[in-house]
Amino acid sequence: MSVTPEELKDRIESGIPDCSADVTGDGHHFTAVVSSPAFGGLSRIAQHRLVYDVFGSELGGRIHALSIQTKDGR
Amino acid sequence: MTENPMREAIQTAISENPVILFMKGTPEQPACGFSARTVAVLQSLGQPFAAVDVLPDQRIRQELSALSSWPTIPQLFVEGELVGGCDIVMEMYQSGELQQTLGLDAGGGEQEPPEAAPAQAPPLSIENRL
Repeated sequence: MSVTPEELKDRIESGIPDCSADVTGDGHHFTAVVSSPAFGGLSRIAQHRLVYDVFGSELGGRIHALSIQTKDGR
Repeated sequence: MTENPMREAIQTAISENPVILFMKGTPEQPACGFSARTVAVLQSLGQPFAAVDVLPDQRIRQELSALSSWPTIPQLFVEGELVGGCDIVMEMYQSGELQQTLGLDAGGGEQEPPEAAPAQAPPLSIENRL
């Protein structure tokens, strides 16, 4: 089953509080720009982990590659 | 089973190399665009680094990700700490934070310049250590 940017957007937005996400991609490689107040005070590593945690083991498998940019606030 | 030689070898490599990159392929022949970009950044800074190719054995990647709680490759470690993957390394490079983290202090000149950097360490193979 192919992955769409819309699916990733919905899952990120429902997985992270008060979050807005812009996702682009071709079905294999995706780029997500994610804003959430939940990122406040967290290191970049911790911010990206929050996004990765939404997808768990699907990363590298069903979702071949996800490039992430995080922003504090929304 | 408490013994986990693969994980121990990875841990040792991380603690023994001040700058170490786990990547797909080698610095000379990266096998993935994200790994290639991360290598290019380190090389453009003249930063010597150890490199581990995770492709030859799936367990390297499994154990590394279990150890670092980071799901993707590449992973850059400086002084034993995970700095990030390609996206974070890029962002930090552009903001100058990466240079600071590496002790390269791009602008100031207060710090020792990164002269006399030793020749680039050859890629290190985890398998050979087992």
